[in-house]
Amino acid sequence: MNKIQDQRAWLLVLPVFALVAFSAVIPLMTVVNYSVQDTFGNNQFFWNGIGWYQELLDPKSQLGERFFDALWRTLLFSAIILLIEIPLGIGVALCMPRDGIGVAFSLVIMALPLLIPWNVVGTIWQIFARTDIGLFGYALSRLGLDYNYTLGILSAWITIIIMDVWHWTSLIALLCYAGLKSIPDAYYQAARIDGASRWAVFTTIQLPKMRRVLAIAILLRFMDSFMIYTEPFVLTGGGPGNATTFLSIDLVKLALGQFDLGKAAAMSIVYTLIILALCWVFWTVATTSEAERRPT
Amino acid sequence: MAKIVLEKLADAYNAQPRSEREFAVKELDMTWEQGGAYALLGPSGCGKTTLLNIISGLVTATRGRVLFDQRDVTLLPTEARNIAQVFQFPVVYDTLTVGENLAFPLRNRKVPRDAIKARVAEIARLLDLSAVLDRKARNLTADSKQKISLGRGLVRADVAAILLDEPLTVIDPHLKWRLRSTLKDIHRRLNATMIYVTHDQTEALTFADKVVVMHDGYVVQTGTPEELFNRPAHTFVGHFIGSPGMNVLPCTIEGATARIDGVPVALARAYPVLPAGARIELGVRPEFATLRARGAGLPVRVRRVDDLGRVRIARVELMGRALAATVPDSVEVGGEEASLVFDPACVHVYADGHLVSGEAIAGAR
Repeated sequence: MNKIQDQRAWLLVLPVFALVAFSAVIPLMTVVNYSVQDTFGNNQFFWNGIGWYQELLDPKSQLGERFFDALWRTLLFSAIILLIEIPLGIGVALCMPRDGIGVAFSLVIMALPLLIPWNVVGTIWQIFARTDIGLFGYALSRLGLDYNYTLGILSAWITIIIMDVWHWTSLIALLCYAGLKSIPDAYYQAARIDGASRWAVFTTIQLPKMRRVLAIAILLRFMDSFMIYTEPFVLTGGGPGNATTFLSIDLVKLALGQFDLGKAAAMSIVYTLIILALCWVFWTVATTSEAERRPT
Repeated sequence: MAKIVLEKLADAYNAQPRSEREFAVKELDMTWEQGGAYALLGPSGCGKTTLLNIISGLVTATRGRVLFDQRDVTLLPTEARNIAQVFQFPVVYDTLTVGENLAFPLRNRKVPRDAIKARVAEIARLLDLSAVLDRKARNLTADSKQKISLGRGLVRADVAAILLDEPLTVIDPHLKWRLRSTLKDIHRRLNATMIYVTHDQTEALTFADKVVVMHDGYVVQTGTPEELFNRPAHTFVGHFIGSPGMNVLPCTIEGATARIDGVPVALARAYPVLPAGARIELGVRPEFATLRARGAGLPVRVRRVDDLGRVRIARVELMGRALAATVPDSVEVGGEEASLVFDPACVHVYADGHLVSGEAIAGAR
């Protein structure tokens, strides 16, 4: 086939370029601008070069220590919720009905947590987990457990993790359910004829067919959990101490609490680059294994 | 390997069918002999796949029994029936290699490792898959995948029958022929009972020793390809098999003479007793209807002549009804006027669609 050469095609993508420039690139450039300068207020700026970056990435400095603490905390949080939500979501998807009246019913039920605004989720759990008036917290403390999410580090983490699992497992389940629905009946019939066990059906048919949606689900959940802000901010405000101060919360504290615009800007840039890099790694891994499956 | 008997079998999607119409497969009795190559032929929605799934156990029939060598398997699940089934779309387990795919049914049945290896090698040789045993199955072409699906059925030494549900639908035309001869070859070597579902008459007639034609849930005829061609038991068989299909004309019959809109047609047999009130029709294949210059025979108008290379087929019109007929090399068709002559031995009489066998005419040669 002959490739058509027509430079006018650029005109068609121009609006997108303009839109992206105004919505992302130009605002980001102001952040870059802040990150290489220092200010003492009064709208006067002084050139600081890569000073903020050096301080930020040096674990021995005060800023660096704080940054890396928050980074590991955030990574740990993402890892834990992925380890819980992915298997749980797959499990829920496998249990959902394949046809009949139950489909619509379960889809609506599953979609409900996804429709609730983030700060409402935080508020719900803040009340739900209180030991004096919250059902969850009250029940736990009546059982004799030492549970108080405002004082105990473990309690705070457990509450945030349960909250995130409650909020987002549905998304994974719905994506996996879509993947499962796309498997033709013939596969299950062939597996029955081949005498496959339930486990063999899962590992040889269902899991491989869910790979694409799982890749998307993991990517979405990773990005989202790595950037989590609202729910823990509403629930614990980053406490007790700094126990649940994730990167995004720390960033806001730095920028709006302390008004250290230079440090916060440098941190924003590094934060963005980490997310981009991790997503790129993830995307590459997912697409290379995808390329292998194409017929040669 | 087994002989499969279906006894008074019927199936409806609705568990409590109220009328005959609700049955996807109407009551039938049928025997599939051990080692036979059968084709289940019929248009889409005629119940052939349902019948196949009843034999394999994916569907449990509403009524009747399924026997494998006198053993009643009606209520047994698929995995307990020793059936192999190949589906319309190739089913391979993507993440496994070709060899692992072939070994899968044996591994599930806890066959010893050495036995699996030997059997897989044997089947791979038979299907010409030895070279790709270590490749991932998902990287292969559709016809290789379909061979893997077939191979997974064949590795089990004890399969009672191999059921094929339109297995060549997604295969490229030039590979169809090759895969079909592989199938025939395997049938000959393994002496396996094979039931091949298709809506393509060429596939059915070239593959099978016996063809079962289904229409609207009924089995309308079971027979060899010759029987289906020469003596269609139902006007549907006449239409569906042959290209172009059989000509069917409403007529009245008195003894050994049929009248089509008053024009007499001589028959080879007499039909003194025909069901009263039935729709009487005459069936004759285009191969046995010859076009002549205007003279004796049925007066027709020629609409078009198709030269198919080997034969010429004329599309003609008789009293406003479209017919197809053969044009012999000796006949020149000039203009629209012509006559049609039937070979009396090959003219069949149908009452309400079903073939009526007449009586030999007394004193006839």
